[in-house]
Amino acid sequence: MVIPNLTPAIAEIFLACSGMLLLVYGVFRGDSSVRSVSWLSVLSIVIAGVFLSFGDGRNLTFNGQFIADDYARFMKWLVVLGSSLAVVMSISYNKTEKIEKFEYPILILFSTLGMFMMVSANDLISLYIGLELQSLALYVVAAFRRDSLRSSEAGLKYFVLGALSSGMLLYGASMIYGFAGTTSFDGLAVTLRGGTGEPAVGLIVGLVFLITGLAFKVSAVPFHMWTPDVYEGAPTPVTAFFAVAPKIAAMALFVRLLIGPFGVLLSEWQQVIILISVASMVFGAVAALWQTNIKRLLAYSSIGHVGYALVGLAAGSEAGVRGVLIYMAIYLAMNVGTFCCVLAMRRSSGMVENIFDLAGLSRNQPVLAFAFAALMFSMAGIPPLAGFFGKFYIFIAAVDAGLVVLAILGVLSSVVSAFYYLRIIKIMFFDESAERFDRAITGEIRLILTVATCFVLFFFLRPGLIVENAESAARVLFVG
Amino acid sequence: MFDIGLAHYLTVAAILFTLGIFGIFLNRKNVIIILMSVELILLAVNINLVSFSVFLEDLTGQIFAMLVLTVAAAEAAIGLAIIVVYFRNRGTIAVEKINLMKG
Repeated sequence: MVIPNLTPAIAEIFLACSGMLLLVYGVFRGDSSVRSVSWLSVLSIVIAGVFLSFGDGRNLTFNGQFIADDYARFMKWLVVLGSSLAVVMSISYNKTEKIEKFEYPILILFSTLGMFMMVSANDLISLYIGLELQSLALYVVAAFRRDSLRSSEAGLKYFVLGALSSGMLLYGASMIYGFAGTTSFDGLAVTLRGGTGEPAVGLIVGLVFLITGLAFKVSAVPFHMWTPDVYEGAPTPVTAFFAVAPKIAAMALFVRLLIGPFGVLLSEWQQVIILISVASMVFGAVAALWQTNIKRLLAYSSIGHVGYALVGLAAGSEAGVRGVLIYMAIYLAMNVGTFCCVLAMRRSSGMVENIFDLAGLSRNQPVLAFAFAALMFSMAGIPPLAGFFGKFYIFIAAVDAGLVVLAILGVLSSVVSAFYYLRIIKIMFFDESAERFDRAITGEIRLILTVATCFVLFFFLRPGLIVENAESAARVLFVG
Repeated sequence: MFDIGLAHYLTVAAILFTLGIFGIFLNRKNVIIILMSVELILLAVNINLVSFSVFLEDLTGQIFAMLVLTVAAAEAAIGLAIIVVYFRNRGTIAVEKINLMKG
């Protein structure tokens, strides 16, 4: 028996082992262990992140099924941040809402493992396994508040549409396997590059199904129907998690798949990506105008943000991919910060989710209102905040690739979407005061909010930190 | 008579796949039917994979099909669990009643 080289996958192996150990520990100690299991899960995810930083170069293992390169490391770092912060944000929330269960952090940990697999997938089989490991854990956490009708409805809707999208993706994968004769990304790249003339119709059909499946996972229009319902119904920390980590991982997979093995078919998939990107940007901007539920509004906003990120992918160039990576990093910070603010929307009667409940926040809690306003300005893309730079790199790449109309549509829809972000700021600062929120936001959430807001405010001082890493990560996709 | 070739297998798989998709979207009665439709889609994929594997004389497709079967079982288990939780809260699993949130 040949043992494969395990070193490149050490972070994943560590996560899998610690997840199973924590499960055993949790079962023996019962629900009294929630606090320790939560912090141990955070610790395991962070340690997995530390393991990542030891790797360098491009390493393949498990017969080329698994790849560890700069691109995977960059995306996994973002996933590590998103998942660990989501667990930290949930601890006090779950306690006050009385849904403390030790399974919650463990499920997040396993879905993080699935995301790691997705980001490192170098074969259609490992892609599918990673995607399912992530999704199966996510279906359960969406329905985590078992006695709430809305939470279980969110879980049910997410499950049905998630299963449908996995089926589509799989059908595409089977077509590609049949017409290219291989499932490995490297093998596909060789086959497609060697082909003369038009690629087989079966391959294109397979590719379209694959894009459909992945568009579901990143919730791009027209495959976004589940997003607002799931975001609204799931408990708030779960929504925060859904908004960042799975999207980053699915986007990473999307980019690697289209740029890597299917890079030579750029002219075939470019139109599809342009179409879903324009639809997402416009729909995300327009549909949110009428929303009054903050979680629903953020769902539409995230659909719009995915549209902007896809502009970078549509460019199909190194600068475009760099733009996507920078955008996802900034998107992570903005969303984590915003959801910290949403978690602070609590009155003695319970959580409130209507945006008009924010009225007069600037007088009741000026610091929170200031942070929320900065994050909203950044989401709208107003310079010199971080959100502006994310859009800037993307649109520059699109213009360089000759997609001027796409960039103009992007800027226009970003102007439209500014309306609802600014409306939140107007409600907070200029409307008649509503009832106060409880002041009980806990220390860890305050810390996350502070860091996220500082990142958004001062990104322009040191953009190099992220831009350079994103650049070296994007480069590896275009070598060879 | 005629030989059964790759195209026949692919046609059967494509028909099953389409039935599965329509089963999800046209069914207004019961969520269990959606679960069955999802299984139908995955089985269509398996037929595809196995027939390609035989005609390409390459084992990868059959390994892929095994993994799909395993994951499909896990997926069905989780789906049923979510449906049970939903039924306890709502008292029905009729598709047209799953409309608490919309807009």
